[in-house]
Amino acid sequence: MTDNDTIMKALPVLTAKNFASDQEPKWCPGCGDHAILQQIKNVLPELGVAPENIVFVSGIGCSSRLPYYLATYGVHGIHGRALPMATGLKVARPDLSVWVGTGDGDALSIGGNHFIHTLRRNPDLNVLLFNNEIYGLTKGQYSPTSKIGLRTVTSPSGVIDHPFNTAALTIGSGGSFFARAFDRDGKFLRSILQRAALHRGTSLVEIYQNCPIFNNAAFEAFATPENKASNTIYVEQDKPFVFGKDKNRGIMLDGFKPVVVDLDKDEFSTSDLWIHDEKDINKASILARFADDEALPRPFGVFYAEERVTYEDALSQQIRDAQKNACGTLEELLKGENSYEIK
Amino acid sequence: MTDTKKTTRQVNVTSKTSVSVLFAGDSGDGMQLTGTQFANTVATHGTELNTFPNFPSEIRAPAGTIAGVSGFQLQFSSKPVYTPGARFDVMVAMNSAALKANLKDLHRGGIIIAGTEGFDEKNLRLAGYPEGADPLHDGSLDNYIVFPVPVLQLTREALKESGLSSKEVDRCKNMFVLGLLYWLYTLPLEGTMETLQTKFQKNVWMAEANIKAMKAGYFFGDETELFANLGRFDISPQKQHGIYRRVTGNEACAIALTAASKKAGLELFLGSYPITPATEILQTLAKKKKYGVKTFQAEDEIAGIVSSIGAAYGGALAATNTSGPGLALKTEALGLAVILEVPLVIINVQRGGPSTGLPTKPEQSDLFMALYGRHGEAPLPVLAARSPVDCFYTTYEAARIAVEHMTPVICLSDGYLALSSEPWKVESPENLAEITPRFQPAREPEDAPYLPYKRDDRQVRSWAIPGTRGLEHRIGGLEKQNETGNVSHDPENHELMTKIRAEKIARIADSIPLQSIDNGALSGDLLVLGWGSSYGAIKTAVEQAIEKGYNVAHAHLRYIFPFPKNLGEILGNYKKVLIPELNNGQLIHIIRDTFLIAPEGFTKVQGVPFNEMEILNKITDLLKELQS
Repeated sequence: MTDNDTIMKALPVLTAKNFASDQEPKWCPGCGDHAILQQIKNVLPELGVAPENIVFVSGIGCSSRLPYYLATYGVHGIHGRALPMATGLKVARPDLSVWVGTGDGDALSIGGNHFIHTLRRNPDLNVLLFNNEIYGLTKGQYSPTSKIGLRTVTSPSGVIDHPFNTAALTIGSGGSFFARAFDRDGKFLRSILQRAALHRGTSLVEIYQNCPIFNNAAFEAFATPENKASNTIYVEQDKPFVFGKDKNRGIMLDGFKPVVVDLDKDEFSTSDLWIHDEKDINKASILARFADDEALPRPFGVFYAEERVTYEDALSQQIRDAQKNACGTLEELLKGENSYEIK
Repeated sequence: MTDTKKTTRQVNVTSKTSVSVLFAGDSGDGMQLTGTQFANTVATHGTELNTFPNFPSEIRAPAGTIAGVSGFQLQFSSKPVYTPGARFDVMVAMNSAALKANLKDLHRGGIIIAGTEGFDEKNLRLAGYPEGADPLHDGSLDNYIVFPVPVLQLTREALKESGLSSKEVDRCKNMFVLGLLYWLYTLPLEGTMETLQTKFQKNVWMAEANIKAMKAGYFFGDETELFANLGRFDISPQKQHGIYRRVTGNEACAIALTAASKKAGLELFLGSYPITPATEILQTLAKKKKYGVKTFQAEDEIAGIVSSIGAAYGGALAATNTSGPGLALKTEALGLAVILEVPLVIINVQRGGPSTGLPTKPEQSDLFMALYGRHGEAPLPVLAARSPVDCFYTTYEAARIAVEHMTPVICLSDGYLALSSEPWKVESPENLAEITPRFQPAREPEDAPYLPYKRDDRQVRSWAIPGTRGLEHRIGGLEKQNETGNVSHDPENHELMTKIRAEKIARIADSIPLQSIDNGALSGDLLVLGWGSSYGAIKTAVEQAIEKGYNVAHAHLRYIFPFPKNLGEILGNYKKVLIPELNNGQLIHIIRDTFLIAPEGFTKVQGVPFNEMEILNKITDLLKELQS
């Protein structure tokens, strides 16, 4: 029996219900956050981690209310700063499973600096970025992911800011894991959350999340069954890029350029198509840019997953090295290295 | 070493009580190293010592200009000294700019040792001397004793067979000067020789060249006729027996945080962003991995404090260090730490402001920000250190209060304390106060529900850290319901929580020492009330005033919020209270506001510390006024 089995046996069998706190979620009816919360509660009992060893950290915004609704430890911090708070916690306590709930405003606008630096450092955090392309809690201002032209209370003539591409930003910042999921596709979201939990390093999961009040139907193009088939592609490791209602469309790489081919009409078969390799950063970079090209389907799934040392492991290793012979004592500390005796 | 005793001539050695020396030159002349070495030698000799480095904020200001002058001042003495000296007795001026920038602070009749090569036409022009001026020979320095020494030429002669490049040879000139000063003050060369041998372990010929240059300087003093009339000096060491080390304020802060973590049985986490003059705290702690210290150089000041809050939530002794502009950036997070009620130490090493201000110069102008610089009602304890060594005790106390009262604590230092140094009699672990974290123990399912904001009789909540079974709870920046910690927008509850948080801080006054009088009578005409780094200048001034028979006393605050309980009573025991501050008047407002008295302010906002003469003059004037 492995250690892991022992731990699993020792733990009482928990279900999603065990992870619901006594607080009633205060999100609007129809908000995508409810569905995301449900999948988180579904996944947590499967991780083999006791609730007391899980911490949810958040910033400010609708998404950042997440910790209140989970029966784990939770800290609701300040706007934009969930990532450094989670990093400090993880560095101090590498034994904990640390999750971050954040949104497009929290993570990419006010917290943009922390976003890029956390990704390059790669502490072992599971970051769930609820992207609804709008500011919900402050009532409907545009966000750094809002589409050009979107009319909001602060962009009455339409948004003129070029939006962030979360995937490209993550990969460009040196992130070791990027995946995209959708609030409405619960089963798939659940599988992505599991992958994120298993990845050691900063797992960035962008979750398209509908805000029914201020930006309803922002993701409609990927939502209805018809739209979904033609406008999305679910990428899977070692599988060719095939999509479409009848699985008759594919994507191949012409040099660095992704091209959609019709498997029924063009002279291509699946063996000519792009085979997904989540360890290939160059391909992941191209995949990240699909969102900027309307001719291409929107990818969902794990774009990139790189095994790289985590920040807290590297630091702990340096400390172990420094303590190889002996830990420093208080006496030694006070005396210092350049003390002298006056006789 | 015996060869330095082989003096060829008998030179008179005079005993002196104390001397203040300034080493000044271009920032490339190695004056900081020279001063540090001299200070180390003096300290290990057992002499009382206080040092203060003073250098430009640019890494390399234009060579030869006033802006590029770097200085290292120290006072060493047979009796305790608390400042580097209001004025110096001896100035080493490696170039014209160094002389011009510092002459005003040299005692009349003081000694100038001038490196003549730094006084050529070009250097004089760069220093801004008028065309044709020649201070070393034109009589303008007749009020001083001037020794022109061709330092560069003599160094080159001494090292002509060293095999080093001319650039490397020239860089040894500071060691020549150091050797000369060792001769002048009858100090041994061994300590510096050892240091050089260690420093240049992989570059033995550099060590040899530096040592040779230093000896050349020493023997030059011995052999030249130049110093025959002046003679040599001896400052006899009087320090108590024991083990000592020399610490700067920044080092002392770093050691204190580590010591507090050890004493409390907690891991130390420092989240920090480099900023002058606070950076050495991060640098020192980054080297303390042997003690399990975790440092995190964050992407900005905000991440510095917020990562520390995360670590504090996780059960670490968490700290962050910064200087004024950085503290401004941290203020939102301070509010979070206040409402979360987690322990956190914030060390603010004050510098001249506002904005970038005078980044390398000391000021005491962040007191208001430390006390009030937060949104909402967010009181937290504020402490201030008075000397480099006191940076240790004050930071340690800040950590104790943070952990035992579950609150962020601001500990104020400044650019003067940060970089200046003094000998510290090594503290023994058992003399340090106990620090007892109150961790909430694990809870069984049948136990009563855990209430994160239930408090003890001091209004302090317990520390429930993740990983503790049965205590899973959610807290955050939103107002909490009393005891349960659940989000609450209830009006009465918010008022209650505001008052509880304030009371928690106010009650810290119950556990801190009463204010004492540092020097002077317990009541009388005048009390000089100080805080922070002006301690040394006030202490010295009041000592001198008392020697003159003046009716004056000195009290110095470590605890600025909350004040010690007896402070009001003390203030009432004197006819007048004088508050010297390196700002435009801040503590004075707080004293007036708290005690409804009318103290006299004395402020200086020049980016330089007080000197004792300024304060002594002010005391004299005030006492005259009182008597008339």
